[in-house]
Amino acid sequence: MSNTIPNKERMKLPRQHMPEIAADVRARNFEEVNLGFEANAAIIESLRCLACKTPTCTRSCPVGVDVKEFLARIIDKDYLGAAAVIRRDNALPAITGRVCPQEDQCEGDCLVAKRNESVAIGHLERFVADYERKTGQIGIPENAPSTAKKVAIVGSGPAGLSAAGDLVQQGHKVRVFEALHELGGVLVYGIPEFRLPKDIVRQEVDVLRKRGVEFETNVIVGKTVTVDELLGEEGYDAVFVATGAGLPQFLGVPGENLNGVYSANEFLTRVNLMRAYRFPDYDEPVYDCRGKDVVVVGGGNTAMDAVRTARRLGARNAYLVYRRGEEEMPARKEEVKHAKEEGIEFRMLTNPVELIGDERGWLTGVRCVRMELGEPGADGRRKPVPVAGSEFVIDASLVIVAVGTSANPLVQSTTPDLKTTKKNYIEADPETLRTSKKGVFAGGDIVTGGATVILAMGAGRKAAKGIGEYLSSGAWPLTVNG
Amino acid sequence: MFPIVNATLLAPGVKQFEIEAPRIARKQQPGQFVIIRIHDAGERIPLTIKSSDPKKGTITLVVQAIGKTTSLLNELGRGDAILDVAGPLGKPSEIEKYGRCVVIGGGVGTAIALPTAQALKDAGNHVTAILGARTKNLLILEKEVREASHEVFVMTDDGSYGGRGLVTDKLRELIGEADFVLAIGPVPMMRAVAEATRPRAIKTVVSLNSIMVDGTGMCGGCRVAIGNESKFACVDGPEFDAHQVDFGVLMQRNAMYRDAEQQLLAHFKEHRAEEVARVRGACAHV
Repeated sequence: MSNTIPNKERMKLPRQHMPEIAADVRARNFEEVNLGFEANAAIIESLRCLACKTPTCTRSCPVGVDVKEFLARIIDKDYLGAAAVIRRDNALPAITGRVCPQEDQCEGDCLVAKRNESVAIGHLERFVADYERKTGQIGIPENAPSTAKKVAIVGSGPAGLSAAGDLVQQGHKVRVFEALHELGGVLVYGIPEFRLPKDIVRQEVDVLRKRGVEFETNVIVGKTVTVDELLGEEGYDAVFVATGAGLPQFLGVPGENLNGVYSANEFLTRVNLMRAYRFPDYDEPVYDCRGKDVVVVGGGNTAMDAVRTARRLGARNAYLVYRRGEEEMPARKEEVKHAKEEGIEFRMLTNPVELIGDERGWLTGVRCVRMELGEPGADGRRKPVPVAGSEFVIDASLVIVAVGTSANPLVQSTTPDLKTTKKNYIEADPETLRTSKKGVFAGGDIVTGGATVILAMGAGRKAAKGIGEYLSSGAWPLTVNG
Repeated sequence: MFPIVNATLLAPGVKQFEIEAPRIARKQQPGQFVIIRIHDAGERIPLTIKSSDPKKGTITLVVQAIGKTTSLLNELGRGDAILDVAGPLGKPSEIEKYGRCVVIGGGVGTAIALPTAQALKDAGNHVTAILGARTKNLLILEKEVREASHEVFVMTDDGSYGGRGLVTDKLRELIGEADFVLAIGPVPMMRAVAEATRPRAIKTVVSLNSIMVDGTGMCGGCRVAIGNESKFACVDGPEFDAHQVDFGVLMQRNAMYRDAEQQLLAHFKEHRAEEVARVRGACAHV
């Protein structure tokens, strides 16, 4: 350890500022908002770490990254060593460094925050991964000797990729099946370029390839091949189902089939996966937002991504409509801040009741009702209730619905012995992620419903551990009854 | 990458492709479709599968040049390849023993109706096919439809072959003895068939060609109004009870990107050679 600064002094060092593109510039392009730390800032920021004996940051990280250790490597300017330390627990540091809700996890429990701002762990994680990309070198842990066991992973989103990293490290042969043409799942179809550049996802996928993971795109498990076939003629010893949150939910109000009404999934998939923001250089079109008024409904990260995307596509007014208050929004604080800086207009305690269209079937406005927070509901959150007689119309020609998703049924419907919940999510043991079907594990949004990238990655880690144990013991204790 | 092993022009602007896609060939059932992406800047479009050969590992698609992607596709031939083909998607046709079936194919819809006609025949139904085309040289797959059914009637708009008139004119003659009707073709044709069979409550099925992106239920862009519900054509369909379909909503939603589609097509017509080179370049890198 080369940090010789006394703890008292460390507590006084200010948190290093993350440089970002000016709001008025970035609101018109798809460049990444945050620019990343320079080495000097990264070292100073790392010196702020108190190197606690029992680090709360690691404890509150869903994948248990050894934060203290990787920060120590940064202080020693051993950036590749820092990357290898992170990768022992986290297969995707360039991604989590950008999209994790650190304020609720590692940074939220940082002891420095008792006196000062927390150590910028997320920014440091990103710094280390960016260093690899800039220098073309990577810091990866060694794989264990081959076990000759084969594992199939269904879905190349955060849960699948995270499990893939851990499983090759255990010495297994791993193949990831992806339904779309590009690898990364929600990281490429959902999260926009300005928050997570696609090159970063490609970088992490390439690292996994170098570590020995195989990938196959255009395979829709449940349609192109079934889970039973993977375990049967294709010879896999275990299957990890990480298909993610699937079907978009709509509002259930009149007018949802009007032209100009999108699910956030569709809008973001067109813009991100299909690069519609570069139409006509890319063929897939998206609604032309230039000079138009756009309403996005929802309060999560997906809603933030959608409304900031519409803004960048040239929307004149971009409104975020949410039925609760700003305090209750589940979105990351940084996204809310960035959105406001970019001129997004927040309409809190507002709920759409009708989508209004013209005689040709195109949207012209959103009829809304004002809400107030009433008694706490079953989940402990105060329930929004409509204020009588408060209806009003927001003129808009595009509305994007970002109010969550429900389970995609493709795997479940073709795997009859896979037990599911009432809402058709897959049932899995919370610790081992074993399902009701021998050799099949499931994790991420297809088990929990829509959550975050890092929680899905945590599930991927658990699955890899559960699969590793199963492959060595062959035991399948029944925890989810078939 | 999915190599094209055979390509045949069936009619002006209509080409049949046999494509190497072993996984899909093993699984395909009548009524299902694939999503294709032609090159690295391409859009994703759904195309219904005409047939497959599991032993050879190929699927066959029939493509009418309408928009940019289908026009570009029709420039390709044997030795070329398509960058991405995913499937088989959608629910297979529901094949039952209905009795007397009328299978109606309008234009390129004939290629889609063909495998279902064969399956209905194999299931012991009496199958009458009605094929419609604007004019004689646009009629496709007549010989194959004859093999897949018991009798065939052809209707052309100009009377250049078969009867003169619309497929619904012929349907009205046969309607008395029909137990089941399948209609696949242009939306106005499917709507007219639905209206013809509705008063007699004859079970009628149509295959909906709504705009899709992923084809797996994730985006919801293909939603159609069925009865009082919204359904996703990609996972709940593409075949639906014709009497429940709101064809007005389908036509309105299918017009959503008309300006963009025309812009792309116009650009394509001026840059045909570059676009073909792009397909070949994209596949050379895989």
